[in-house]
Amino acid sequence: MFYREAGDFKTSYSSDQQTFPIRLDRHMVWGILAIAFFVVPFFINDYWEKSVLLPFLVWAMAALGLNILTGFCGQVSLGSGGFMAVGAYACYKLMVAFPWMNMFIVVILAGLITAVVGMIFGLPSLRIKGFYLAVATLASQFFLVWLFNKVPWFYNNSASGMIVAPERTFFGIPLTGAESPSWITYLFCLTLVVVFAFIAHNLIRGRIGRSWMAIRDMDIAAEIIGVPPLKAKLSAFAISSFYIGMSGAMMFAIYLGTAEPTEAFGISKSFLVLFMIIIGGLGSILGSFLGAAFLTLMPVLLKNVMVNGFGWPADLAAHIELLLIGALIMFFLIVEPHGLAQLWRVTKEKLRLWPFPH
Amino acid sequence: MAESTQDGRKIGGTLLEVKNISLSFGGVKALTDISFDIKEGEIRAIIGPNGAGKSSMLNVISGFYHPQQGEVWFRGQKRGSMRPYEVARQGIARTFQNIALFKGMSTLDNLMTGRITQMHTNLFWQAIWKGPAEREEIAHRERVEHIIDFLGIQAIRKTPVGRLPYGLQKRVELGRALAAEAKLLLLDEPMAGMNLEEKEDMCRFILDVNDEFGTTIALIEHDMGVVMDLSDRVVVLDYGRKLADGTPAEVRSDPEVIKAYLGGAHA
Repeated sequence: MFYREAGDFKTSYSSDQQTFPIRLDRHMVWGILAIAFFVVPFFINDYWEKSVLLPFLVWAMAALGLNILTGFCGQVSLGSGGFMAVGAYACYKLMVAFPWMNMFIVVILAGLITAVVGMIFGLPSLRIKGFYLAVATLASQFFLVWLFNKVPWFYNNSASGMIVAPERTFFGIPLTGAESPSWITYLFCLTLVVVFAFIAHNLIRGRIGRSWMAIRDMDIAAEIIGVPPLKAKLSAFAISSFYIGMSGAMMFAIYLGTAEPTEAFGISKSFLVLFMIIIGGLGSILGSFLGAAFLTLMPVLLKNVMVNGFGWPADLAAHIELLLIGALIMFFLIVEPHGLAQLWRVTKEKLRLWPFPH
Repeated sequence: MAESTQDGRKIGGTLLEVKNISLSFGGVKALTDISFDIKEGEIRAIIGPNGAGKSSMLNVISGFYHPQQGEVWFRGQKRGSMRPYEVARQGIARTFQNIALFKGMSTLDNLMTGRITQMHTNLFWQAIWKGPAEREEIAHRERVEHIIDFLGIQAIRKTPVGRLPYGLQKRVELGRALAAEAKLLLLDEPMAGMNLEEKEDMCRFILDVNDEFGTTIALIEHDMGVVMDLSDRVVVLDYGRKLADGTPAEVRSDPEVIKAYLGGAHA
């Protein structure tokens, strides 16, 4: 009743195909963005920054990237961790080589470098499909991590083999390193994620997105209609890796400040991103955010409830947390196999008709 | 060169010609020395019993199969070995025997995908959206809405295709092929599995497409009544060989064809 499209008439094609066609949706999104940009920065503290907001934003970016490849183009990839590593190391090398460079540009360049690497590792997708492709992309995961461990050039011969983000300022305010205030790191990541989420949506609703989805839904028919499979698949790999590379760069430079390949970008990270988009919803921008939120925020919430709320010992809480997360994943996938985004979509359909059943 | 049919449509020169096509898979000969032509503006039927090589023939034309021998000439030019998407860009669209729609996408998106060969804005403008990308999108949307109107599928514009009943899916698939605005439309059993009413609708669409847009159509169909009514000329295949080629009346009275395919009951 309160959420409806009745009376919300569209009189032009451009208003019919806008990003949020329903008025209430539009207001809600602008409202959330306004709060995120203009309210949260005044109240953010170190805890909220480091354990809630930054991880969410970083993983949302990675999930967006993988969703473009897997959810929209139908190519399963287990190389996300490796591509995040490429983004992180590219970011490090750029920061060291060009200390004067604006961090936005550094992160975007790191993404572009990852896009090139992603395209190279996407080449097998022209011959291999489905689970076999997933296994083939594992090669990139292991090779890239090995490469960053093995070649000292990547970590500038540092004795520990780790890379540490040098301090860089953003218009005079320290953005990376220990001195940086919470609000600027948060706003930096938020801006990138929001801008690139809209860009992802624009790509998906146009020619390029349709060529991806055509390949996903039926590659033979896509080809007969005039979609060159090579171009569609490689562009999906490139843009997906671009996003994942940016997320790796953000994770290293802004969120963690240090990284070494085996721990930070291991195979478990590849799986984590894949689980995010499966739980959130394949082929949905919103789903990428919901999945990232579920898998980064739920552990924090559960830990807080159990340790601070019930006063349980931390180690016990950590184990129960794992159990509960597992159970919740199963619960949500049984309730809605198409992910949280679909759950939201169904709720919206119901709300449109409420209080009538049909 | 142009000749008219009884109902006043114009039939022009040769649009597509296949010459001595032979195709085999290992030891299996799918097509043996097939030659025929399709003239501009006509409705050309390809018939034959199951396994006669009809679909193989269409697959050769649309670039899925590359014949061991023979040539394909399109619009007066010999065609080299081409990938299917290059064939599409030349102006040949087709539908499939078993529906090959993009199930996760809406009807509108399916049709818009049909126009993909004619959309050109680059990645940068697509990402920005406002400006050239949106203008192009709206221009093509208008053409697509015209087809949606023509096929009477306005109500399912935003419905994911996977949720539609079979008859409508077939119609959407025809729409997607139409959206390409191709010179030549290949229809592989457009009426398979349809009830009488749906068949009649589909026949009307095919005739109207041919009449209004002047699209040349080559179709494979098993319903002899439909084939004989719709088509200007019929080519009959059996076991990968050409049995007969001519107007429906000629084909119907050809003793070879009667023996091989139509049977005594239909004669």
